[in-house]
Amino acid sequence: MDCNRVFVSKVKRLTVVFTLLIAFLSIKIDTFAQVDSAVVPVDSAVAESAHAVSGEHGAEANHGKEKFEPTKVIMEHIADSHMWHLWGHTSLPLPVILYTPNGLEIFSSANFHHGEHDYNGKYNNYRLEEDHIKVVAADGKVDEEASKSVLDFSITKNVAAMFVAILVILIVFISVASSYKKRVGKSPKGLQSFIEPIVIFVRDDIAKPNIGHKYAKFMPYLLTTFFFLLFNNLLGLVPIFPGSANVTGNIALTFVMALGTLIVVNINGNKYYWKHIFLPDVPFWLWPLMVVVEVVGVISKPFALMVRLFANMTAGHIIVLSLISLIFIFETLAIAPVSVAFVIFMDVLELLVAFLQAFIFTLLTALFIGMAVEEHH
Amino acid sequence: MDLVTPSIGLVFWTSLAFICLLILLRKFAWKPILGAIHEREQSIDEALNKAELAKQEMARLTSQNQDLMQQARAERDEILKEAKTLKDGILNEAKKQAQVEGTKLIEKAKIEIENQKKAALAEVKDQVSSLSLEIAERVLRTQLDDKTKQEALVANLLKDVELN
Repeated sequence: MDCNRVFVSKVKRLTVVFTLLIAFLSIKIDTFAQVDSAVVPVDSAVAESAHAVSGEHGAEANHGKEKFEPTKVIMEHIADSHMWHLWGHTSLPLPVILYTPNGLEIFSSANFHHGEHDYNGKYNNYRLEEDHIKVVAADGKVDEEASKSVLDFSITKNVAAMFVAILVILIVFISVASSYKKRVGKSPKGLQSFIEPIVIFVRDDIAKPNIGHKYAKFMPYLLTTFFFLLFNNLLGLVPIFPGSANVTGNIALTFVMALGTLIVVNINGNKYYWKHIFLPDVPFWLWPLMVVVEVVGVISKPFALMVRLFANMTAGHIIVLSLISLIFIFETLAIAPVSVAFVIFMDVLELLVAFLQAFIFTLLTALFIGMAVEEHH
Repeated sequence: MDLVTPSIGLVFWTSLAFICLLILLRKFAWKPILGAIHEREQSIDEALNKAELAKQEMARLTSQNQDLMQQARAERDEILKEAKTLKDGILNEAKKQAQVEGTKLIEKAKIEIENQKKAALAEVKDQVSSLSLEIAERVLRTQLDDKTKQEALVANLLKDVELN
């Protein structure tokens, strides 16, 4: 009875939240439309040259007699950025760190004024072109050769969002760990009781069945991978600051995670694992072929991990943004309820995907480790 | 193409951040959390095992108690039986003895009575003889006051003797 009451109240609360969200979205779009039409005549020069950083900017571009390009808007969201767009015209400038052949350059991305101005650095002049920092030669043109020699180590939107996620993870898990120390041998409570089943799930359903009795050594790596991906996936679903960044849908992050799996698997591979690769149980004249296949297998396993996570998370973001873009493509508010309804559906699905992808990545990592450390008798 | 080209900056920061996260979490989170979970699981297992053992011990004690009770009951029954037989034995013995004693007493009494009777009879005989003697004496005295009568008696007596 008691559970049922709680459930009903939760459903009610959710209904209220969704109604408010829909109302908020319709009002927001409406006011932006008004504001933009008021601003555009004054600011038309800006509007014409402005980069559409997000949906709102897309709307602005639309009103500035420019065709709304959903692909551009979506791709700009999916990709990384040197600015963290907050709302309307407000963006959070992020530090730019450049490693040039002459030395480090550190400055704020606010200096680019959304790509409208070049920045005169210590060693070069820099321009923000399609969110890439390029070196500008003396004649005012982009010097591609020099640009290639400059390595961009900026704290971009994705890096900042990842730091936020890491901060959240550290706060959550260190507080949980301290509550374990405080309540020795007692039943879990609060956040602890939320985290513990997931930790036990990773241990009993991911690590133990796939790795076997040597699982304990890999638990920190598997847990960290799982929660790092999970928190980044979930934060990516939050549409407002400090979420919304497509961190796990970025090939660089999935590349690093897959590389981590590759390293952990191959460092811990035992002699049976290496024998299977270089001296497989086939007639010797098949060795050249088999060794190539096995070596490709070693690389392709983490490669599949990288692409799977990247594609899943990016696809989710693209679908949500496409549905939102419908409003701007049809240039009518009438489509908004449909869009929002679909977006809500997609968000719920993405919530599942966020857990699923973190789970699959960790599961496959555990599986590969298990294959590498398996003892053959 | 831009989408699938990992940028060096993000690769660098992700690697750095992930490694730092791994190290920090391993030291400050996973070790205490997994340790505590493991410990608690062990203590729960231990407690369950202990409970199982206690249950077995309890069952053992109960059966032992029952055994003891049964034994005690059996013992009591035996003791009671023994006591009964003992009592019966004593009773019988006493009866027998009493009977024997009684017969003995009766016997004694009979002998005594016989003796008494004999004594009494002897006394009576004595008294009768002495009385008869006295009577005889007196009768003789009275009869032998004159001489004729004395002679007649002697003659009579002599007659008797001759007859014999």
